[in-house]
Amino acid sequence: MSFDVNITRRLGEAEIALAFRAEGGLTALFGPSGSGKTSTLNMIAGLLRPERGHIIVDGEMLFGEDVDLPAERRRAGYVFQDGRLFPHLRVRANLLYGRRGAGWIGFDDVVALLGLGALLDRWPRTLSGGEKQRVAIGRALLSNPRFLLMDEPLASLDGARADEIMGMIERVRDELKLPILYVSHNRAEVDRLATQIVPVRR
Amino acid sequence: MTPADWEVIRLSLKVALVAVATVLPVAFALAYLLARGRFPGRILLDAIVHLPLVLPPVVTGWLLLIAFGRTGPIGGWLDRWLGITLMFRWTGAAVAAGVMALPLMVRAIRLSIEAVDRRLEGAARTLGAGPVRTFLTITLPLSLSGVLAGLVLGFARSIGEFGATISFVSNIPGQTRTLPIAIYTALQVPGEEGQVVRLALVSVALSLGALVLSELLVRRQGARAHVL
Repeated sequence: MSFDVNITRRLGEAEIALAFRAEGGLTALFGPSGSGKTSTLNMIAGLLRPERGHIIVDGEMLFGEDVDLPAERRRAGYVFQDGRLFPHLRVRANLLYGRRGAGWIGFDDVVALLGLGALLDRWPRTLSGGEKQRVAIGRALLSNPRFLLMDEPLASLDGARADEIMGMIERVRDELKLPILYVSHNRAEVDRLATQIVPVRR
Repeated sequence: MTPADWEVIRLSLKVALVAVATVLPVAFALAYLLARGRFPGRILLDAIVHLPLVLPPVVTGWLLLIAFGRTGPIGGWLDRWLGITLMFRWTGAAVAAGVMALPLMVRAIRLSIEAVDRRLEGAARTLGAGPVRTFLTITLPLSLSGVLAGLVLGFARSIGEFGATISFVSNIPGQTRTLPIAIYTALQVPGEEGQVVRLALVSVALSLGALVLSELLVRRQGARAHVL
């Protein structure tokens, strides 16, 4: 598994230009807020179009000259900073929204891995911040992704909750061997989770 | 209630339901276009959609008469190719009611589409949903409260339609004499106060019922939005 990313895009005043290569494991894009880390993830996910450059994952070009794969065909499991659960669907339906075929991980496995059993019939608005993020991670895993994108998934959590989610991210990294691109501005988080660090400057 | 009263009520319900059901897809398409589209002429389209709201209803009715009359551009086409005429028919009353209801329905639906968090649509795309599935499973259900609100407002507006209807398709018992027109007609005749009272009470009951129903529908949907 490898990432080869080289993208440029102007966003308002700022120009985002980032190039890196990464192998499997958890690669942290580490830098201050406003340096374009989230935009970079959006471009890799296919939600934002780069002006120039290329995005190649495992030898397959997702974006490049004459190539712009739509988001739904990139198989990127995206865990957003705010969870972004669908408010009109219960937890179970949220988890199953992206279910494609058999996938390499079963529903029950994800529920067990992330401890979601008691939450399945709840509405997203009744969940705490930590519960929301666990569901968001589960939803991304169940969409049969080739890799995960995580955008500051711990930002809205207190210390104990953040610690719990970090444990789960480690399990995804080590037990599921799923490559992860992880955005953060928190040094301690990055030191604990990352197998590779890409510094992002403003 | 006399048989004549029932006829008026039945006709009014038929006209209003057909008007709202026919206009709903158009209203949704226009609302979506106005909420999401970026194209030249958007402001003009917005203004045209809202025109029946500010134009004197009599003028709207007269314009419909010109367009849908047997020699008019649309009426002539309908007559020639489909053998349909709207003049002095309940279908014409439904067209008038639909045109008058359209801006209210577009407004309600458009507001709810604008309130849909587009980032949720992005999340759906990353989960493998194409544009159509994203629309059907995210955008549409999340704007449903606006669609319901639009239906109720449109229905209430259609039941109350007077000016455009009477100037477009006149006052024909059993065809175009809807509730307000029947009340107006009864007011002109000495000794018909009883019918006025009965039909006025029915109007109040229908309007109240529609509002309560919509509120219940919205609540059952689990959303915290309100029609009122």
